[in-house]
Amino acid sequence: MREDRSEMSEDDDSASPSDLGGDATETSSNISRTSPVPGGGGEYVSPYPDQVLENVLENVLMFLTSRRDRNAASLVCKSWYRVEALTRLDLFIGNCYSVSPRRVTERFLRVLSVTLKGKPRFADFNLMPPNWGAHFTPWVAAMAYSYPALEKLHLKRMSVTDEDLGILAHSLSSFKELVLVCCDGFGTSGLAIIASKCRQLRVLDLIDDEVRDDEVDWISCFPEEGTSLESLIFDCVDCPINFEALERLVARSPSLKKLSLNRYVSIGQLYSLMIQAPQLTHLGTGSFSSSEIVAQGDQEPDYVSAFAASRSLVCLSGFREIIADYLPLIYPVCANLTSLNFSYANIDAEQLRSVIRHCHKLQIFWVLDSVCDEGLQVVAATCKDLRELRVFPIHAREDSEGPVSEVGLLAISEGCRKLQSLLYFCQRMTNAAVIAMSKNCPDLVVFRLCIMGRHRPDHITDEPMDEGFGAIVKNCKKLTRLAISGLLTDKAFSYIGQYGKLVRTLSVAFAGDSDMGLKHVLEGCPRLQKLEIRDSPFGDTALHSGLHHYYNMRFLWMSACSLTRQGCKELAQQMPLLVVEVINGDGREEERDEFVDILYMYRSLEGPRADLPNFVKIQ
Amino acid sequence: MEGGVVYESGLNLKATELRLGLPGTDESEKQTTFNIRNNKRPSPDTVEDCGSSGSSDDKHGGHETAPAAKAQVVGWPPIRSYRKNSFQAKKIEVETGIYVKVSMDGAPYLRKIDLKVYKGYPELLKALENMFKLTIGEYSEREGYKGSEYAPTYEDKDGDWMLVGDVPWDMFMSSCKRLRIMRGSEARGLGCSI
Repeated sequence: MREDRSEMSEDDDSASPSDLGGDATETSSNISRTSPVPGGGGEYVSPYPDQVLENVLENVLMFLTSRRDRNAASLVCKSWYRVEALTRLDLFIGNCYSVSPRRVTERFLRVLSVTLKGKPRFADFNLMPPNWGAHFTPWVAAMAYSYPALEKLHLKRMSVTDEDLGILAHSLSSFKELVLVCCDGFGTSGLAIIASKCRQLRVLDLIDDEVRDDEVDWISCFPEEGTSLESLIFDCVDCPINFEALERLVARSPSLKKLSLNRYVSIGQLYSLMIQAPQLTHLGTGSFSSSEIVAQGDQEPDYVSAFAASRSLVCLSGFREIIADYLPLIYPVCANLTSLNFSYANIDAEQLRSVIRHCHKLQIFWVLDSVCDEGLQVVAATCKDLRELRVFPIHAREDSEGPVSEVGLLAISEGCRKLQSLLYFCQRMTNAAVIAMSKNCPDLVVFRLCIMGRHRPDHITDEPMDEGFGAIVKNCKKLTRLAISGLLTDKAFSYIGQYGKLVRTLSVAFAGDSDMGLKHVLEGCPRLQKLEIRDSPFGDTALHSGLHHYYNMRFLWMSACSLTRQGCKELAQQMPLLVVEVINGDGREEERDEFVDILYMYRSLEGPRADLPNFVKIQ
Repeated sequence: MEGGVVYESGLNLKATELRLGLPGTDESEKQTTFNIRNNKRPSPDTVEDCGSSGSSDDKHGGHETAPAAKAQVVGWPPIRSYRKNSFQAKKIEVETGIYVKVSMDGAPYLRKIDLKVYKGYPELLKALENMFKLTIGEYSEREGYKGSEYAPTYEDKDGDWMLVGDVPWDMFMSSCKRLRIMRGSEARGLGCSI
């Protein structure tokens, strides 16, 4: 689990790239061009005015880290453009198809850190057929050649092969940080190459990736003489690891601060690691259970003291197969925790209470709805500093019972006034509770409510959920990310268009009555960048109402709506800088005559991409 | 066929009966499956194919072209598969029970029972007695199943054959792989004093 703020508003253009990594960007990198020195032979030669300007600019621009500021600076004039391009150290590419590797490496010559994002988010939920694209290979080739000093790479939703990782490892001698989020295409053999060849590696964070089990003991591949590892996160690598090797690795990694284990590590093994590394600040506990049944009276290690000795722990996660009896072990660290992830822990309200009542400093909390409304009430009573709450469903089905409801939401809104980010899955909700939250939590930046039953109205009044979401966009003046659900009419969209002036990301599912809904949003939300819509009755007319805005957006996704190929074609003709992909959701090639399955469109400097699979047609 | 049907244990005939009402209008059927292929307990997959979801369909039929039974929709709710699967496995354990084979010395075929159905050893032993028409008797720590010709044993996770009753019930449930009812001299060897 990442506790970084970027999770809250992912497309925050004004965010400094340093927010993504959680560490300060080093501005101490010494890029100063050699300026002409007055001649050593006694003759004073005045440097050209352009040269002076450029030197000054360089030194000033060094301090500009926000990409938004840099983008602005680069537009001033050619000279500023040139200097900015030479001094940009952190590259952020929100859509890997918006620009080509060659164009990037030709403009920016000295880059130390690259962030690259690929597939659209709905691909996470199996809505995109496999092999759609977002291949890392062309990028790694270009970067290996043009950025040999590259230190950091942060990839999200990219397809990365073992060969790609091999090229990275062999070409980049200063490589320090690899962060892979929601990526796939590689296996433990790729990890082995990274571990063994990247001798300066400080960060290896694997988050929600699909990692193939090649039965390679990658943990043993780290350098024998010691590592500079500060962060090793591999809870998503779902295969057994060589525990003895891991123990030795931790023992020879004195800088290790963040460690997140997978579910193959038992609590006994966790104990051994913890006593080796009491300096940890972030810990993912693995299974948090025993592989053997421990009968009463058996000697168990002194787990409590291991936790008590970890005085620096501020972030706890894991608990993949938790045995609730072990919960009390973490009591000693609760008072210091700012981040706690129980989203894999099937615990009830009472069990949660025993832990949460100590967690006064908690700012980020992820939990399963198994704790019920009662559990959320306990959170509300204790965690006055809470900024981010995510409540996941243990039964992710439409027709399940749903142990959390408007009661829990209301309690949270009353107790956690500083809330900034919410993700809440439930089966029942009321407008009143959502309205209350909009008033109680004015700092909300991210509001994502998922009522799992499609088209479900307010379960008390039977009204659509329009007023609730309307209140959110109206009262939460800082809102940039919104996900709506439940029974929603065009009215909800008119509220969003009217009040959601800062909204950058909007997720819509099974909502709206007519084209007017989408029109309201496209015409009303000037900051809209990412719009993802599924199963809603919006057609070609609505699509065409956004022409004035599409070049300002990163992408538009519309699946199972009422768009026709003709409508998409016409759009593509009018907007030459847009790539308009029509995708068959089942991965088959044949053209459909009826409505388009998936429309995925994005601005791009490159035109249609060359790596199209046969189920994607560019209009 | 309408009206009440006699439940035969394990057959769940009600699930397969023909009715005129909409599926799901009978509350007690909410969780059953229209699975006429076999007599198994409903699995999570088939449960997803049926079941009512309350008023929203009836009131706003215009939005839903499908009939009242809701099939699971791809990618909804929006939870990553990794997360969904983490609990899928657990759910299966919880909902489908712990089935173990039971063999009895001399019997021509084996039986299968669901350990989850029993709250403890007394119920289990009673059930075994009924199933095989024999008497096992009472357990004592020192003497095992004294006085009985039979001894219930089980194979545990390590592959060892243990006497049923020695360990706490929960531990037994999680470590028992199969049951065997021993008889005769073998049985007497397991701690029965004569």
